[in-house]
Amino acid sequence: MFWNERMETLKGKDLGDLQLRRLRWTVTQAGRVPFYARLLGDASVGTGDIRTLQDVAKLPFTSKQDLRGGYPFGFLAVPLREVRRIHTTSGTTGKPTVVGYTAKDLSNWAELIARNLTMVGLGEGDVFQNMVNYGLFTGGLGFHYGAELMGLTVVPSATGNTRRQIEMIEDFGVTAIHCTPSYAMHLAEVAGEMGATLETLKVGCFGAEPWSEATRGELERRLGVSAFDSYGISEMYGPGVAMECPEKDGLHIWHDSYLVEIVDPATGEALGPGEKGEMVITPLVKEAMPLLRYRTGDVTMLMDEEICSCGRGQKISRILGRSDDMLVVRGINVFPSQIEHVLFSLPEVGEQFMVYLDRIHQLDEMTIEVEMNRSTFSGELRDLHRVQEKIASALRETLGIRTDVKLVEPGKLPRFEGKAKRVVDRRGVLF
Amino acid sequence: MEHERYFIKQISVFSENRPGRLAAIAKAMEEDGINIFAFSIAEADGFGVVRALVNHPDKAYRKLTGLGFVVSFTDVIGVKMRDEPGGLYEVARILGEAGINIEYSYAYSGKEAAVLILRVDNIRSAIEKILAHGGSLMEAAAFR
Ligand SMILES: [Zn+2]
Repeated sequence: MFWNERMETLKGKDLGDLQLRRLRWTVTQAGRVPFYARLLGDASVGTGDIRTLQDVAKLPFTSKQDLRGGYPFGFLAVPLREVRRIHTTSGTTGKPTVVGYTAKDLSNWAELIARNLTMVGLGEGDVFQNMVNYGLFTGGLGFHYGAELMGLTVVPSATGNTRRQIEMIEDFGVTAIHCTPSYAMHLAEVAGEMGATLETLKVGCFGAEPWSEATRGELERRLGVSAFDSYGISEMYGPGVAMECPEKDGLHIWHDSYLVEIVDPATGEALGPGEKGEMVITPLVKEAMPLLRYRTGDVTMLMDEEICSCGRGQKISRILGRSDDMLVVRGINVFPSQIEHVLFSLPEVGEQFMVYLDRIHQLDEMTIEVEMNRSTFSGELRDLHRVQEKIASALRETLGIRTDVKLVEPGKLPRFEGKAKRVVDRRGVLF
Repeated sequence: MEHERYFIKQISVFSENRPGRLAAIAKAMEEDGINIFAFSIAEADGFGVVRALVNHPDKAYRKLTGLGFVVSFTDVIGVKMRDEPGGLYEVARILGEAGINIEYSYAYSGKEAAVLILRVDNIRSAIEKILAHGGSLMEAAAFR
């Protein structure tokens, strides 16, 4: 099922021509932003220098820090009166990043969401409960208007009050939900406690944080949904940038709207299909806030196949981690998503874990607290040791480092609504 | 032979080494009028198992599970000890000669006699050997 079949299946020369035309338009639009006018001037690059798609490499990168420096409206290419809406993304320090949308941007965005939701099998007659933060966070309103556009019945339930969320799913006959995967796990837990069967649910759209195949299996089993990974960042409108099709083997990124490059995070050098690196996106249709070669910080790769069996084009792999979340432990690169993947593939592991990093006698030590699975407790201390050793050796095999595994009681570790913060780095500064 | 008569359901509770967990278990038992005859704690390396012998194991299981504890039942036997020197040695000797391993044990003073709680690797054979040597075992009926 397609929302916009022509655009969704555009390939080869047709796609390349459209992307080039739109890239040139984006460079012109970016030239209206003083920051880019200066940058392009310094590099002596203009729209005229973009003759092929490969010429994108002539353009400068844009970083998250650059955007912060433009607070609040330094990156707008249109007068504020043409901006219909503002969203912000919270940074870890200081001011948030402000993103603006023209009326055209809002309709582009809604269309992309409509493509995604159609792709996962939703349509008129479906009831869609949007369980993410509304307001300044892009996930709420972004999905909301896309779902309305395509004719779904939308329940804007936002976050919080999990019991009430479950009652609404049952009372309103909700068929599809959107939330973070960690909140979905929490939802499953509470539904279990309430004895709610969530009979009507069939589709779960989960995004805003990385999650593993093991989590997918768990969510599909416990919520009775088909679970799809959704990807987006506020700088690229928000959710809707990419999503899985029913193949569930990589995400379709909308090539008519986003030009994707995968680069080595350290050198900025282009990487080919099958090579993992940082995703760099140049949006092709953004009016209010055009961006050039934005460093997303997300680690993924372009998949080898140029055509998916669903008829759409080249996919990106599921996000493998953050280039800046990457933990360097005893000189080895570790992504928290790898830890999650290992843990949730073991039946002895319960629902949550936490990672602590300490520096003890100049050595990095990684401690992992793991909630045990109630149903695998035998009552014997030696079985607990066996579980502990099994987890530590599975982690050592995947990560290549020794970890200290601690078993804790179920329900003892923090639950997260929104982005899960499972890593606590207590190593402080290096002396 | 009906071995199950002597299978005593010990409650085993997973516990992190955090102060107050044992107290929380004891309080929960008291609230529901459950008597704890004996308990022991085995701990190592950041976590432990609290083992308890109570008069209503099923009730205790429900109560503790409801409070979020991780609980399981473990079958143990209770040997009534003759109140004279050498009793413990005798039990250990009988089991040792039969090649039965004692995984752990603890004791409490019962009404008529001291009771030695044993977790062994072959409970059926342990029951047979102890009875065959004239020993006497607590019946599970005393704990429900
Ligand atoms: Zn596909």
